[in-house]
Amino acid sequence: MIEFERVIKHFGSWTAVDAVSFTVAEGEFRVLIGPSGSGKSTVLRMINRLIPADEGAIRIDGEDIASLKPEELRRRMGYVIQSVGLFPHWTVERNIATVPGLLGWPKARIRDRVTELLELLNLDPRRYRGAYPHQLSGGQQQRVGVARALAAEPRILLMDEPFSALDPITRASLQTELSAIHRRTGTTVVFVTHDMDEALRLGDSIAVMDHGRLIQCATPLDILTRPASPLVRDLVGREEWGLKRLAVETVGDRARRQESVTGEPLAAETPLHRALSEMVARGTERLPVVDGDGRPAGVLHLSDLVRPTSGGTVPGGTV
Amino acid sequence: MTGAGMAPRDFLTDRLMLGLVVLVALVLGMPSLKPLFATLFPRLDRPLYEAESFVSLTLDHMALVGASSLAAILLGGGAGIAVTRPWGREFRGLLETVATMGQTFPPVAVLALAVPVMGFGPEPALIALTLYALLPVVENTVAGLDGVPPPVLDSARGLGMGPTEMLFRVELPLAAPVILAGIRTAVIVNVGTAAIASTVGAKTLGLPIIVGLNGSNQAYVIQGALIVAALAVVIDAGFDRLAGWLTRWSQR
Repeated sequence: MIEFERVIKHFGSWTAVDAVSFTVAEGEFRVLIGPSGSGKSTVLRMINRLIPADEGAIRIDGEDIASLKPEELRRRMGYVIQSVGLFPHWTVERNIATVPGLLGWPKARIRDRVTELLELLNLDPRRYRGAYPHQLSGGQQQRVGVARALAAEPRILLMDEPFSALDPITRASLQTELSAIHRRTGTTVVFVTHDMDEALRLGDSIAVMDHGRLIQCATPLDILTRPASPLVRDLVGREEWGLKRLAVETVGDRARRQESVTGEPLAAETPLHRALSEMVARGTERLPVVDGDGRPAGVLHLSDLVRPTSGGTVPGGTV
Repeated sequence: MTGAGMAPRDFLTDRLMLGLVVLVALVLGMPSLKPLFATLFPRLDRPLYEAESFVSLTLDHMALVGASSLAAILLGGGAGIAVTRPWGREFRGLLETVATMGQTFPPVAVLALAVPVMGFGPEPALIALTLYALLPVVENTVAGLDGVPPPVLDSARGLGMGPTEMLFRVELPLAAPVILAGIRTAVIVNVGTAAIASTVGAKTLGLPIIVGLNGSNQAYVIQGALIVAALAVVIDAGFDRLAGWLTRWSQR
């Protein structure tokens, strides 16, 4: 658990972080979003003391981080940045082994862990273990960057716009992989981005920052349907609002449980915008739904997608 | 640039091997060239410098260059590291000024000033050469450490490396090619400059050159200069090889 209590940071006369308080629960995926200069990266870098707080308290699992040795604190957390920052003179294996090496893990354990992580990030260990960073594509480099951050099994993963420099296809696949890794490991993630689609897609909760202040901290659904300020509404945007709204709920949330229909079924955890796309593609208004074990879980109707629910329409009305 | 591989290469195109052969041949075989110099300079009574053996002159020359370069590397490198640390940053301007002064001072002037204090011999030469080699070492150490990409430093810190781990595992290895280039300049310049040190009584390959210039004996001058040039070529080629080895990771 990460707690910020009225944390303040000044750079000269500029207040980068202005009395920010929030809590990130154990295992939560928290996205920090905001325009550039909003203080989101500063907040992230305060969690591992790369930037010291001027006032207020930051606690990890109830322990004030100011009382810990910065190096020890950082070795307990994963850290991934936009420009990756792999050590160019080290092989992929040695890069990933950085923190386990600092922690003095036995060689055999480090080697096994590197293999495991390369497989987790879809990099063939035989091919990439001994490669140097300059031999990899941007997407592969960031995969190694994520593997390096996860190497010592940290309970907290800090990510500063990790996918912003990647092409859309690579970014999408890394987002999917990160979601899967988060579900599997239960690591607490703090993820900075300026891309609302990425925030809606990845976050359990989204904290919106502006001018060093925390404007709103809420679930993706609430960010979409109950924006706390015009800035939040602008960050979401009106373009394809309906599809974004559908994307934050799953087929299972709206399927009619008692019905059944023939056809290729959709998994219950499929986002609703995919279901809409499927309906258009198949020319049908009804799709069968199955649960995680493949058992029938009802039918989704086209009308269910526009069924009035709380916050079903664009906040603030139509233009 | 020569590669670092161990593959057999054409002997004649290997600058280091070829230079070494020429150097050893010149140092050991100079006496047997006496008839050649006698033919080239028929008016000279003594066409070969024989007061000292070229072997001992070369070894002394190399010892002087080696000692002064080592001192410059330790002092300059250490100072360069110190002024790029957070606690030493304010001394950076001062260090660069001192190092620049060290090089703008002509070595002859330093020698002349050092002699009254230290007397004749290799000591004033050592001081002058060290001061002279300081600037390229300092400049390149600072430039090399400055050139380490900020994201690499950010992630090293963020992953929990302490200042010492960062310096030795990340900063110095990445700055090494640039630092080495500075050391190379310093050493090559010192190979030439050490010859002048014979004017204050240091025994170097400059001795036959100085004696030759004073006594209008061109043969002496040529003999000393040939070996100095061969030595410079060998050392330069050696640095080439070392630079390739240091950056071997980037050539894969």
